[in-house]
Amino acid sequence: MSALIRNGCIDADDFIALGDDAELPAAGPISTRYIVSLARWQLQRESLSDSGTDLGIAIPNTIDISTVIDDVREQPLIVLSFPNFADGRAYSQARLLRDRYRYTGEIRATGDAVVFDQLAMLQRCGFTSFALRADQDPQRCLDALRPVELAYQPVDAQASLISRLRRSAAI
Amino acid sequence: MYQYDEYDQKLVDQRVEQFRDQTRRFLAGELPDEEFRMLRLRNGLYVQRFAPMLRVAIPYGLLSSKQLRMLAHIARTYDKGYGHITTRQNIQYNWPRLEQVPDILADLASVQMHAIQTSGNCIRNITSDHLAGVARDELVDPRPYCELTRQWATFHPEFNWLPRKFKFAFSSSTTDRAATRVHDVGVHIVRNAAGELGYSIYVGGGLGRMPMIGHLIREFLPEAQLLSYFEAILRVYNRLGRRDNIHRARIKVLVKATGPAKFAERVEQEWAQILAGPQAAELEFTPDDLARMKAHFAAHPYCSDAATDTGFDKAMQNDSAFAAFVRRNVREHRVDGYKAVFVSLKAPDIAPGDITADQMDLIADLAERYSFGELRATHDQNLVLADVAQGDLYDLWQALRGAGLATPNIGLLTDMICCPGLDFCSLANAGSIGVAQDINDRFDSLDHLYDVGEIKLKMSGCMNGCGHHTVGHIGILGVDKKGEEWYQVTLGGSAENDVSLGDRTGPSFSRDQIADAVQTIVEVYLSERSDDEETFLQCYRRVGMAPFKTRLYVEAEEEELAA
Repeated sequence: MSALIRNGCIDADDFIALGDDAELPAAGPISTRYIVSLARWQLQRESLSDSGTDLGIAIPNTIDISTVIDDVREQPLIVLSFPNFADGRAYSQARLLRDRYRYTGEIRATGDAVVFDQLAMLQRCGFTSFALRADQDPQRCLDALRPVELAYQPVDAQASLISRLRRSAAI
Repeated sequence: MYQYDEYDQKLVDQRVEQFRDQTRRFLAGELPDEEFRMLRLRNGLYVQRFAPMLRVAIPYGLLSSKQLRMLAHIARTYDKGYGHITTRQNIQYNWPRLEQVPDILADLASVQMHAIQTSGNCIRNITSDHLAGVARDELVDPRPYCELTRQWATFHPEFNWLPRKFKFAFSSSTTDRAATRVHDVGVHIVRNAAGELGYSIYVGGGLGRMPMIGHLIREFLPEAQLLSYFEAILRVYNRLGRRDNIHRARIKVLVKATGPAKFAERVEQEWAQILAGPQAAELEFTPDDLARMKAHFAAHPYCSDAATDTGFDKAMQNDSAFAAFVRRNVREHRVDGYKAVFVSLKAPDIAPGDITADQMDLIADLAERYSFGELRATHDQNLVLADVAQGDLYDLWQALRGAGLATPNIGLLTDMICCPGLDFCSLANAGSIGVAQDINDRFDSLDHLYDVGEIKLKMSGCMNGCGHHTVGHIGILGVDKKGEEWYQVTLGGSAENDVSLGDRTGPSFSRDQIADAVQTIVEVYLSERSDDEETFLQCYRRVGMAPFKTRLYVEAEEEELAA
């Protein structure tokens, strides 16, 4: 079972992934939240919304975010996937969601690249939660998520942008 | 040259410690082989035929004497006493031990060097004109723009896992000495009609298995907007580049499949969005940013009376060997009385581009004495001392000659580009160094070489084309046929302004035949050329393949039959 790190802490996963054929359980007294695929969401948006359940949307890494942003903007969670260790497409998807479309919900990384050695870069691109690959040590992974201090690129708000430091030093 | 500030140093130091930890985890069995492979590649470390190979970045080919001494120290301490200058102006070591690589990287960091992103599917070392800053045909020095690009590309979190490797080259001169049209992105620094500085952007060139020439996708990009435009190109590529087939994954394949015009449109759309986005202002160069970076590359304090020296002309008259060296290995400098001097790493009997630790130390000393403590690596695998007063040239030449570094062959046939080939590289199908040696033996009479004139011979041991064979005037590609080494030959390639890809002569040649074939090609050229002024490339373009084909195949067969 893989651990979840969210907002810098090891956290219980309160979302359950739902298969495309599985029925959405009726809302009970305990509010459970579910993740559905983008394809299902686009097909059944009305009925799924009517259930009143909080839904996260899993977007494949081949999707152009600009074509789906209006469908997913209001959802509390977007799950982006890394089908293998070296497939970096979802890095760009996360940046578009955060920077261009100002998405403020949880962006979660899932798949083979969600490992100690990539967490810092994922975080810089706007991911806020990480479904760690099963072989990862969650405690150790927390170390990788300490805020990056310095960066050459204006990507994330946390890191000090080196060009900005230089500009202010020159004044 | 550029000097790290505390921020650059801190990032490089942190990277060394990160890689030390990754190496430790790998050796302890905590990091899977395949993942460590991709992480070590991004730190320049391959595992090769006999040993790991470490590729150290020399950003846009520029080195200080202090840095070169450190490279010598590394060659002695961790390797077999030499290194190999590559076609990306980098240096490779062929025999380091994996567990010592973190220490090598720490040594490099102590002189503001690294091996970051010299391999792997990420943005690689930025290359440029080896005569940057001193060439007479230069508009502005391209290196400040290269350094700004280097910093933007270093640890860019979005573009560290691209479909395939990604290479930038910059040129700012009338003659393209950086092979920009065969890069993923080629940048020409230009002025528009209004006199403003900016860039022409070419995309989708490349060598390797599917050699292609880059397309102009933007005629004029304003000077301040370079990085936002790069971000647009990379984002389109990261999203749409193929990942299903490693041989179809370079941006050139995407540009070709999309069509250059449509591809340009996609980039422009993405760029417009970036310019409207939250980071546009931060990505834009301010006049101060540019001024600060340009100050790092300010002109050296040249002597105003260097041109009054008369010893240089006298030495030319009195010493024909020196005169030959000057004719072949020395280029004009934009300041009167100064010259750019090529240090040839193509002496007979050594592998092209190889340099010993002792030679490195010597060149470091000479650079300090005669060339403001700086030197450059060229993509033709030589070195350049770019700022030598003409009055010092004779002394410099003697010192170089004493160390086997003054072979007067720059631009000639024996100034071959050559990959490490089967002798070192695990990708290679065939040897290249041995063939280089054979060709060297064949053309060792330098008088003969002068008669032949400028021929760029480029050789790769496999389709990956590290030796740039497809843009050689004569290109040689090693192939494997049923376990034997064979060589395909192309003619008429060029990586300069008149960029073109070479044409295959026909069936490949065996190891025994290849040096003969090169000799035959040169003989055909000598008999076909209209006069001494017509270069090999001009001649080939005029007469075409037919006379070469006839001599290489038809007549060769007839001779064999008659024998």
